[in-house]
Amino acid sequence: MPGRTLHIDWTRCDARGSCIELLPELLRRDNWGYPLARTGSEFAVPAHLDDAAEDAVNLCPVLALRFTAPVRG
Amino acid sequence: MTMFDALTDEQETFVAPPVGVRRLLATGDPSLRTHLATFGPLPAVDGLGGVDGVTAALEEAGLAGRGGAAFPTWRKVASAAESGRAAIVVANGSEGEPMSAKDATLLHQSPHLVLDGLLLVAGVLRASEAHLVTTDGQLAPLQRAIAERADARGVRVRTTEDRFVSGEASAVANAIERGRAIPRDHVVRLSIAGIAGRPTLVLNVETLAHIAVIVRFGAAWFRSVGTADDPGTRLLTVAVDGTRRVVEAAGGTSLRRALEATGVAVESVRAVLVGGYHGAWATGEALDAPISAAGLAPFGAAPGAGILIVLSRGHCGVVRAAEIAHYLAGQSAGQCGPCANGLPEIAEVMGRLARRDRDASLPRQLRELGGLVIGRGACHHPDGTTRMVMSALEAFEHDVHAHARGLCQEVA
Ligand SMILES: Cc1cc2nc3c(=O)[nH]c(=O)nc-3n(C[C@H](O)[C@H](O)[C@H](O)COP(=O)(O)O)c2cc1C
Ligand code: SF4
Ligand code: SF4
Repeated sequence: MPGRTLHIDWTRCDARGSCIELLPELLRRDNWGYPLARTGSEFAVPAHLDDAAEDAVNLCPVLALRFTAPVRG
Repeated sequence: MTMFDALTDEQETFVAPPVGVRRLLATGDPSLRTHLATFGPLPAVDGLGGVDGVTAALEEAGLAGRGGAAFPTWRKVASAAESGRAAIVVANGSEGEPMSAKDATLLHQSPHLVLDGLLLVAGVLRASEAHLVTTDGQLAPLQRAIAERADARGVRVRTTEDRFVSGEASAVANAIERGRAIPRDHVVRLSIAGIAGRPTLVLNVETLAHIAVIVRFGAAWFRSVGTADDPGTRLLTVAVDGTRRVVEAAGGTSLRRALEATGVAVESVRAVLVGGYHGAWATGEALDAPISAAGLAPFGAAPGAGILIVLSRGHCGVVRAAEIAHYLAGQSAGQCGPCANGLPEIAEVMGRLARRDRDASLPRQLRELGGLVIGRGACHHPDGTTRMVMSALEAFEHDVHAHARGLCQEVA
């Protein structure tokens, strides 16, 4: 299964941080508590972390995370 | 004589294309009469070969958007046509950048070209709505122009707040849909799904004016001025000592010549902030670079919306960059954490550098903060702000070092 892409909606995210705990391999906390990925607002989720990513989407209290199209190229 | 005959008569009137580089600003006055005498009537949509014909002409012309991002216009039009759903076309005359005056100038001097472009694109896309968004100052000339012609009655004009991010495409769409000119999160392009999920084509007013002349006189005519990689003309705003001067220049004109054309002697110039507040600082040999994507790329700059902000000799680039960073931090819509928190911190550290705080770590702090905000917002405001600050650290490197030691070379 090709990896999916997660998108952070910064207009919703309020740094509650549950996604950072669920995806420590992909996210760390920035200076202000917001999730910091390797690439800005969209980041690739390797297949073996897909379940954890799914949890992060479902557990974000403000619905700031969502999957977008499969990773291109 | 029937109405139809009258139209046919008018279409047979031949109007020669403008010669030289005064194209969009070729008319002496904004009336419909002068507009028609200068450019002739707008060709009927049917004669242009539909969406395919128009996108082919725009591709051949090589027109790139004049609102800042320089995206190929034909691609945006083609993308809005793809879904087959009724599109919404928006003329973006928000001109949120305080140092820019070219869109206001265009709307005052040649409102009919902008309306032509908007109506033409709406026509080929069979759009259900055509909007024109601008600020208060341009409302009267626009309403006068619209009252002069029957075909523009359906254009919905709306004024927006005079804020830096109001003109960002998703903010413009948001203003139309929900009355709030702040950017919104989107994962698909607006040209595919924008206002109410419909294909929404947001084009800068200057881009639309170029479309209006390209469909009249053709791609070859468009390319007869400018360079192969920057065809046609572009409107430039030169901001110097509190004045803003607008000039229409051939694509690829050098910064030096553009400054001279507006009466600025390059010898008096310390640096130019190219592309406006989200732009990059040009100094030294960069002042001879052509104002085109390729010409400015080696200096990390881009034409953007054609804004050239002059820093005269005797003024400190670090201080000016800090003032701009402070302004930009205040213009954050405040809805995205990294932008709302990071930009004020960047402005604060930049302010300490400008005040010559003896702290050698300030440039490093700026680079780290920049890395924390880039790409982390619903719009590119954090990216643009960081670009300007990083470019200042580079262009004014000596001043930055001097400041860190409590000195300033430029101002005694
Ligand atoms: C912070 C920000 C502010 C912007 N302000 C404007 C503006 O005032 N006017 C404008 O035409 N484009 C502005 N843009 C660019 C628009 O998002 C969009 O790219 C443009 O209107 C598209 O038109 P074009 O393809 O004709 O250039 C802004 C972009 C950003 C990121
Ligand atoms: S869980 Fe949601 S609100 Fe919390 S940090 Fe992650 S994205 Fe932001
Ligand atoms: S990135 Fe900044 S300016 Fe852009 S929408 Fe978010 S808070 Fe507003």
